[in-house]
Formats: sequence, C-alpha cells, structure tokens
Amino acid sequence: MSTSPTNPLLSVRNLAKHYTSGGGWLGGASHLVKAIDDISFDIAPREIVGLVGESGSGKSTTGRVVLRLEEPTGGEIRFDGHDITTLPARELKAFRRQMQVVFQDPYAALNPRMTVGDFVAEPLIVHGLVSSRSERSDRVAALFKQVGLDPRFMTRYPHEFSGGQRQRVNIARAVAMRPRLIIADEPITALDVSIQAQIINLFQDLQQELGMAYLFIAHDLSMVRYLCHRVAVMLRGRLVEIAPTEAIFSDPRHPYTRSLLSAIPIPNPAIERARRPLAFDYETQKPAPDAVLTEVSPGHFVLI
Amino acid sequence: MAPLLEVRNLTVAFDTPGGTVHAVNDVSYALNEGETLGIVGESGSGKSVHVLAMCGLIPRPPGRIVAGEVLFQGRDLLTLPERALRDIRGGQIGFVFQDPMTSLNPVLTVERQLVELIRRHTKLDARAARARAIELLEIVRIPDAARRIGQYPHQFSGGMRQRVMIAIGVACRPKLLIADEATTALDVTVQAQILDMVKDLKREFGTTVIWITHDMGVVAGIADTIQVMYGGRIMERGPVDAIFADPRSAYSWGLLQSLPTAERRAEGRLHQIPGSPPDLYKPAVGDPFAPRNVFATPRCQLEMPPLRQAEGSVPGHLVAAWYDLPAALKARRETVA
Ligand SMILES: Nc1ncnc2c1ncn2[C@@H]1O[C@H](COP(=O)(O)OP(=O)(O)OP(=O)(O)O)[C@@H](O)[C@H]1O
Ligand SMILES: Nc1ncnc2c1ncn2[C@@H]1O[C@H](COP(=O)(O)OP(=O)(O)OP(=O)(O)O)[C@@H](O)[C@H]1O
Ligand code: SF4
Ligand SMILES: [Mg+2]
Ligand SMILES: [Mg+2]
Repeated sequence: MSTSPTNPLLSVRNLAKHYTSGGGWLGGASHLVKAIDDISFDIAPREIVGLVGESGSGKSTTGRVVLRLEEPTGGEIRFDGHDITTLPARELKAFRRQMQVVFQDPYAALNPRMTVGDFVAEPLIVHGLVSSRSERSDRVAALFKQVGLDPRFMTRYPHEFSGGQRQRVNIARAVAMRPRLIIADEPITALDVSIQAQIINLFQDLQQELGMAYLFIAHDLSMVRYLCHRVAVMLRGRLVEIAPTEAIFSDPRHPYTRSLLSAIPIPNPAIERARRPLAFDYETQKPAPDAVLTEVSPGHFVLI
Repeated sequence: MAPLLEVRNLTVAFDTPGGTVHAVNDVSYALNEGETLGIVGESGSGKSVHVLAMCGLIPRPPGRIVAGEVLFQGRDLLTLPERALRDIRGGQIGFVFQDPMTSLNPVLTVERQLVELIRRHTKLDARAARARAIELLEIVRIPDAARRIGQYPHQFSGGMRQRVMIAIGVACRPKLLIADEATTALDVTVQAQILDMVKDLKREFGTTVIWITHDMGVVAGIADTIQVMYGGRIMERGPVDAIFADPRSAYSWGLLQSLPTAERRAEGRLHQIPGSPPDLYKPAVGDPFAPRNVFATPRCQLEMPPLRQAEGSVPGHLVAAWYDLPAALKARRETVA
C-alpha cells in the first residue's frame, strides 16, 4: 500500500498500541483497549497532514507513539528513512530535536515550578543553541511575540495563565527548536479566533520558510480544511479514510467521515439552529475486522 | 420576573510580584431563567476568572474580589459562607471547568469521583448512585461506560475526560449550568450530541446556561444571547442573530473576520487583528481595544465607553463604543470603491 509521497519525512506502518487495564469495581477482570490498531500513513517534508476523528479514537496515542514517548505494541516508525521504532534513548535524542510536540493538555505539559520563560528556553539550552543569558532572553522574547504573548510574562508561573495563554507557551517551546516535524495535538482549541489565525499564519510561515511539516490533530474541521494538504480520519483506533483535503470535504466516502462533516458547526445562527447532522451507528456501520485501506481515486484511500 | 443571576460591577484582580493584574473590570449583566448566554472573547479576557470568582473558586491570595455582587436567586454568592457555597456548587450550579486534568483527582477512579458527588447532593444510596453515574457516562457518550467507569482519569482520552467533567456538571440537574470551553476536545459529532443534551435539559428542567467558547459555530447554534469580552470587560452583548449579522464593536467584527472561511482559503492567509493584547497590569483609561482599533476616535483612548443600546438595532443589543461601526465600515467601503 502506498498512501503517499515517495520520500516521506515520516512513515508509519501497521502501528498498534494496546492497553490492558484492571476493569471495573475493585479491579475486577482486566480488559484490552486497542487505542490504535494497524495504522499506516506518511508525511512528506513540508506537508501538513490533518488527523481528525472520534474523540477517543487514538489520535493522541498515535502522536505519542510516533514520538516514542510510548512504546508501540507493533508496527514500524521511520523518520527521514531511519527506522526509529526500537532505537535506544541515547540515539533517539538526535531525532527528538527534529520532532517537536504540542501536547493536548497545555497545563499538564508545563512544569508548575518553572517560569514559562525558562520552560521555553529549556530545549534551546539542552541542545546548546544559545550561548549567553541575553541571547537566550532575546530569543524567548521574540518567540513570545510570535505567539501573541507579552514578553513580560516570561517570569510568570503556569498557574498564572489563562488556558489559551498556556497553549501558546507550549507552541513557543515547540517552534523554538525549528524542528522538521511538529506534532500539534489540538494546539489552538483554547484560543480566540484572532489568535488562532495568528498561530495558523505562523505555522504556515514556518512551513514555507523552513520547510516544516506538521501532523495537525484537530476537531475544528474548518481550520483543517484551511490549513492541511491531506486529511486522515480515525474511528475507534483505525484509520478509515485518508485523502487530499478537498477530496475529503467534497467527496467523503466512509460513512463515518460523512457523518462527521455533516456535524461541523457553522457560524451562522439561522443555518446552525436548523442543521441536523447525519447519524452514524458504530455497531451497524463499523468497518469489518479484515477491511483494508483501498485506493478509490488517486491518493484517496478508504477502509473497506 | 427577577433574573436568575445578576452580576453587578464584578471586578477581580490578582496581586503578583510583577504588579496587580486587573483580570475582570466592572462586569455587569443579568441572566433570565431558561436563557442561554454564550460568552466569547479574547484569550485572557477574564471569561474563566469571572465565572470562577462568582462561585468562590479563585485562589485568595493572589486573587482578590475588588468589588461587585453576584445575586443568584436573590442571594449574593460573594458574601455566602464557604459551606453554603459548596452546597450550591455541584447542586444548583453545575460547573464544567476548562481544565479537566486539574479538576479531576488523578488518584481516584472516575467512578469514585462521580459517586461521591452524586451522594453528596442527593439521597441516593451507593448502588443507585453508581447506576446513575453509569447512566451519566452513557448520556455523554462514553462507549462501554459500565466497564470504563472503573478507570482512572489518565486512562481516558482528552475528550473522554472532558465528557466526565460534563457529566459532573449536569449530575444534579442544576438550575444554572456554567460550561467553560466544555467541548473543545470533542469531535463535532459527539459535540453535537452534547449540545442536544443541553437543549434537552433546558426543555425539560428549564436549565439556565452560561456557555463559554471560542467556537463561533457552537454559540451560533446554542446561545440566545452573546456576550463578547475583551481586556476584562464586556464589549458587546445582544441577541445571537444581531451579533452575527450586525456586530457593533470593532472587536467582535474583527473576530468574525478572522474565521477560516472559503474566501480566506482562496486568499491563502487568515485575517488576524493587528496589535497585541492589552496590558492588564496597567489597564487603559479608555477603551482597552482602542490601540488596536483602526476605527477608534480620540475619545476612545481617553474614556471607556459605557455599555448602551446600539442605535438602530434590536432592543437589548448593547455595545461599548463611542462611534458607529456600520457607518465607519460603509465609509471605508466607499473610499476603497
Ligand atoms: N492566579 C493568577 N495570577 C495572576 N494572573 C492570573 C491568575 N489567573 C488568571 N490570571 C490572569 O487573568 C487574566 C484572565 O484570565 P482568564 O483565565 O479569565 O482568561 P480567559 O478569558 O478564560 O482566557 P482563555 O480563553 O485563554 O481561557 C489572564 O490575563 C490571566 O493571565
Ligand atoms: N494510559 C492508558 N491506559 C489505558 N487506556 C488508554 C491510555 N491512554 C489512552 N487510552 C485509551 O486509548 C483510546 C485512545 O485514546 P487517545 O487519547 O489516543 O484518543 P484521542 O483520539 O486523542 O481522543 P480525544 O479526541 O478525546 O483527545 C481511548 O479509549 C483511551 O481511553
Ligand atoms: S470606544 Fe473606540 S475603540 Fe472602543 S469600541 Fe468604540 S470605537 Fe472602538
Ligand atoms: Mg487526544
Ligand atoms: Mg478560560
């Protein structure tokens, strides 16, 4: 199967992550959650791929496993042609610098006892990218401005920030390293639409100027449509559709994708009050266990 | 009929080593029973702090209620003893917090947290409370709820945790539901189901709702009234149709211009409001948005405009503006043409 470009920056094959956990009351029977199940996709250099889908379908898990923050249960991850699936921590470090992450939960990602300025500067120091104190604070101040934060906030602690301000601190840290790939897990959900526009413009500038690629995990499908080159749709751990953005929006093939697109809220009160999303019933419409991603038109794959 | 909630001149500050942060400045509004108020606005404009302050939930110090009253069914929440307030929270006022990981207890299972809350506010015994807890998780569409209720918060996805928060918020069928960015981590299908559930609550129990969000599509569908905040102040407030069709504050207009529409896709660039957010250490004497507002008049810099009826719009459409945005936009179109 070739779900895309010839020389991908990131290539994921048959990736799986299963969790077992103690079940109900008093730790009864344990059960298995297939958080991700046989996922394959590629991201080309400079490409922005949107990852959308059901809440709980495995989007964040995909991000964490690709970054090797968690070990996969199976499958293969290649970055720039190198197999990093089982690379030991020491050798992984060189790749870590090229792959940055913006976590979904902005508060959990921050260190509560570190000022946000130090938090943003930390990777720059670890990788020896700044030499003096003043260079460091200039760099951090510039990053703060890029994400729409007052540089005077550098000396504050995370609990003094609003939700959207925390999210921007995390974005500043991720772009500080000028990585080749950013995995951004719902990075703009807590921002007002003007600051969302500012961050998305920044992502696009970095993509164009430095050739950064992104895995953009999001629920805001209007923004996905605006920003992404291709879109992948997940449902209960499986990738059900992947295609160029306009193909997903104009010609969705999987019933789940169709239902999802029909539920996008429209910023127009008269339309929005009257809208009735298409129903999707997982039990009767779920993909068969042996379904495979099949190319239905050039670059457009559906799990059937 | 007296309003269910009346906020009068609420002003909240934080005393920090860097100076005093003026987070909420002189916010006043009233909410009728059964009404749904959508609050949108700048990130950092005091949306969360003002609702947290209403329910006695900001840390004091560094937080400080500088002034104001919050009348809920006629009683001032700000002067109520902590115990009485605790009974109201989670009972008559249901709260869905913006940050699930800091409000859920990481070392207790979801089941423990839900059951304890239900038992505190109802007469249900342990078994009935557990059944109700599972029912709530099903209402918020957690698959396999009876099994997953025994798990810990970190074993849930971001959106599943958010749904636990929503379940907690509605557990006791509150009179007032305050939801702060409650559906940001949900896919649009589940989000639509949650919004339908809120509409059902309104219909069946007459629940009043404050819905804080950045999603203009969501407020368009759920809100009766919209309130736009900037720099700790209300810039505009009015019936949802009027705000979308005929915004009168330059800030609301700027927000609507920033949406990723088909037009913007064709242009390849999103509009963002120029300039930087207001300095909350040194609040402006005038309108906090004036420095970023291309339509601002000299008076805007010097004097904060009062929130008053927007001329020529529907009753209840209020705006804090010294000048006439529609006229300014029209003049601009004419000079361009
Ligand atoms: N403990 C604190 N100490 C100092 N400043 C604080 C504290 N808590 C909040 N603030 C400040 O108060 C202001 C209002 O914050 P609030 O959380 O209400 O914003 P918000 O409108 O909810 O924003 P968002 O949309 O990003 O969630 C922000 O500028 C924030 O930095
Ligand atoms: N540490 C863990 N232990 C057990 N189950 C887990 C763990 N982490 C995630 N899961 C489960 O794996 C599934 C996928 O979770 P994930 O966080 O990847 O979803 P998601 O697509 O990011 O959802 P959301 O949109 O709600 O953030 C969920 O059912 C979740 O409960
Ligand atoms: S007072 Fe001036 S800056 Fe403020 S809303 Fe009115 S015109 Fe705009
Ligand atoms: Mg997630
Ligand atoms: Mg907030």
